[in-house]
Amino acid sequence: MRREGDIRIPSGCAISGIIDKSGRRMSGETIIRSIAVMHDRSNGLGGGFAAYGIYPEYKDYYALHIFYDSVPAKKECEDFLERHFDIINLSKIPTRKMKEITDEPLIWRYFVTPLPTKLADSQLEEREFTAKCVFRINTRIGGAYIFSGGKNMGVFKAVGFPEDVGRFYRLEEYEGWCFTAHGRYPTNTPGWWGGAHPFALLDYSVVHNGEISSYDANRRAIEMYGYTCTLQTDTEVITYIIDYLHRKQGLTFREIASVIAAPFWQTIGRMAPEEREVHEYLRVMFSAQLITGPFSILVGFEGGLMALNDRLKLRSMVVGEKGDTVYIASEEAAIRAVEPDLDTVWAPRGGQPVILCLNGGEARWR
Amino acid sequence: MAVNFLYPEYEAVRNADRCIVCRACERQCANGAHEYLPDGGRMACDDARCVNCHRCVSLCPTRALKIVRSGNTYKENSNWTGETINELYKQAGSGGVLLSGMGNPKNYPVYFDKILLNASQVTNPSIDPLREPMETRVVLGAKPRSIERDENGKLKNNLPPRLSLSMPVMFSAMSYGSLSYNAHESLARAAEELGILYNTGEGGLHENLYRYGANTIVQVASGRFGVHPQYLNSGAAIEIKMGQGAKPGIGGHLPGTKIVGDISRTRMIPEGSDAISPAPHHDIYSIEDLRQLVYSLKEASGYQKPVIVKIAAVHNVAAIASGIARSGADILAIDGFRGGTGAAPTRMRDHVGIPIELALAGVDTRLRDEGIRDRVSIVVGGSIRSSADLVKAVALGADCVYIGTGALLAMGCHLCRTCYAGKCNWGIATQIPELVKRLNPDIGYMRLVNLLTAWRHEIKEMMGGMGINSIESLKGNRLMLRGVGLNEKELEILGIQHAGE
Repeated sequence: MRREGDIRIPSGCAISGIIDKSGRRMSGETIIRSIAVMHDRSNGLGGGFAAYGIYPEYKDYYALHIFYDSVPAKKECEDFLERHFDIINLSKIPTRKMKEITDEPLIWRYFVTPLPTKLADSQLEEREFTAKCVFRINTRIGGAYIFSGGKNMGVFKAVGFPEDVGRFYRLEEYEGWCFTAHGRYPTNTPGWWGGAHPFALLDYSVVHNGEISSYDANRRAIEMYGYTCTLQTDTEVITYIIDYLHRKQGLTFREIASVIAAPFWQTIGRMAPEEREVHEYLRVMFSAQLITGPFSILVGFEGGLMALNDRLKLRSMVVGEKGDTVYIASEEAAIRAVEPDLDTVWAPRGGQPVILCLNGGEARWR
Repeated sequence: MAVNFLYPEYEAVRNADRCIVCRACERQCANGAHEYLPDGGRMACDDARCVNCHRCVSLCPTRALKIVRSGNTYKENSNWTGETINELYKQAGSGGVLLSGMGNPKNYPVYFDKILLNASQVTNPSIDPLREPMETRVVLGAKPRSIERDENGKLKNNLPPRLSLSMPVMFSAMSYGSLSYNAHESLARAAEELGILYNTGEGGLHENLYRYGANTIVQVASGRFGVHPQYLNSGAAIEIKMGQGAKPGIGGHLPGTKIVGDISRTRMIPEGSDAISPAPHHDIYSIEDLRQLVYSLKEASGYQKPVIVKIAAVHNVAAIASGIARSGADILAIDGFRGGTGAAPTRMRDHVGIPIELALAGVDTRLRDEGIRDRVSIVVGGSIRSSADLVKAVALGADCVYIGTGALLAMGCHLCRTCYAGKCNWGIATQIPELVKRLNPDIGYMRLVNLLTAWRHEIKEMMGGMGINSIESLKGNRLMLRGVGLNEKELEILGIQHAGE
């Protein structure tokens, strides 16, 4: 059986997300209860969480979460990290032994910052330097896999049902202002934890339900810009597209939504001239980043969360609001389970982005 | 000498019971194959004059005529085939170069026929084009590396000039002169109605057709016939023809007999003089010279038109494409070795160049490896025979396709491959007035519109089956393709997996 990345594996899924727009931190317990409701949407072959605001004491450092297959791989990776970064803190990620989760790799966490001399030599901006190092380790050091590398955020994932994965990582002991969760229903039996979701690069994390039909067009286009798709999953390529459009091109999240779930030409044709010009421009300029086929995604980023459906809305996604807290999930039941008394519940239209920023902030452009 | 006699390959068979001696066949045949025999009150046919164009067959009111393989054969020999022997006799008799029309008819692999498309099942839904929008619009041209914003943060439109097409098809270059006026008018009107473009070829643009400028690509080739500032500015794009799939490495020759009246005026050369396009452009001996011509044409058109560079698919096509992508050209057109022509030396047509499927895959991969695929759009031709070929070409990496032979067939061409004789019975590749008027532009244009309307429906069905609702998401989407009966090397070059993988 080939490992994820050597072969493309379509998956069905469940997703859930919670954000407190005021920045008030909550325990990871809530998101576990929410995703657990959708147990039947996953099949025990992958689950995971992204949590934002969980490392306030290290908020200026990149938090690298790494899976190691072996001690030599760990040694080789740590040697690389020491040559490129100042390691402020390192430790095993605390886990809980439980019979539902087995075959765990070595799971380590490092808080790092690029070595000033190395950074200057590279002539790269700090985030680009860090991203390049992550790609280097993931593609060149066998048995080492960085699955999370943002600031003040972290991804926790494993092979198993998502609620078990949450307990395994003791997620209830973390406090953050935003959590997303993913339960996976892959169409094979992968034995590798790296294939679980969320997928993350720097502070961008994506959970996704769907199977995009534009995959290879998107993959071949994004690989031109220095990204290497090692997992052959939709989530990976969507994450890179978002990183490319947001960090490298400087689009806002609203503009990004207009690229990846672009309005139809006939819709654009009906727009007011100024709006039409913008949408025409985005469709032409970033035609290779248009994503077709079913998807519902939650994109976590520094300062907020975006929810987006494909333009035909071929996957379910519901939004519930209660005060400053916003819940988004594949099924309304997953929201009701954690907040029965909602102010509003609604379903975004296909291609209509829901962009939620901390403290009323706008998603920045460069 | 008896050895000069070549028994006709095809013969016209007349059913005497059905023939009413209306003599329609005689009137229709510009080659003089049919003859009325007053003595017997019946028709006869000289098969040696027949080019197998099916004009008489199509117009015979009693279906008395058909053309069949004559069946005359030399002693069978897999090495020395009848065709090979005949060609040798012709050359021994004439001392001349063999001439052919249309594209390479030889039995080389057609890779499009060894590639299969995907469809959605279970894990994602197919999309019904009758219920949901299904987008076939494409925009061709170069893209800037990054966005720009004004001081208020508003996106600036920094896109260079581009072409917008309702579907990814254009009519490829076929000159006025090689084609009749009525054929050109049909192409121009069809392009306008379909929201696509046609291409003047190297023959200038007849003044009546300037009104279709928004749907016209004006070509500049090595003979520079008909090129002047108004011409360059009359179309939506300018194409530099460096090569042609049917005859890579050589130029063109339109015989003086076709340089009559308006053609002479449009080409800006005297009546009756041969129009000879040199093999190379004599101001382009290398890639840096091409760059200068690209920018000369941009200067001449005020940087308002995208520039297309058309090349023939030859062995090092990927390297050439890489050079062109950095030359300032906005669009790269690649013509495969099956591409058609009015006339080409047989040996060039049949033995030079490579299949478009491999050339396209190689170029697309190379430009992506170099990170410059965005700098040019890719248009491929030679030959795209159906909407399925088109969909496969787009999935391999093309932005758009050119069709030439297919468009001629839509107008009535029966692929007799005798265009160079100038006596096209269907009024397409001829300048003889009584033949030209056989092609009614009202009908020719309508048949072209019908053809591509049908293709558009088929493209949408195939896309919908794959769960793709914008052709942009099909471009370069090679995961939608699988090969059948291809070897590892072929699969590697095409960048696709084998069926069953």
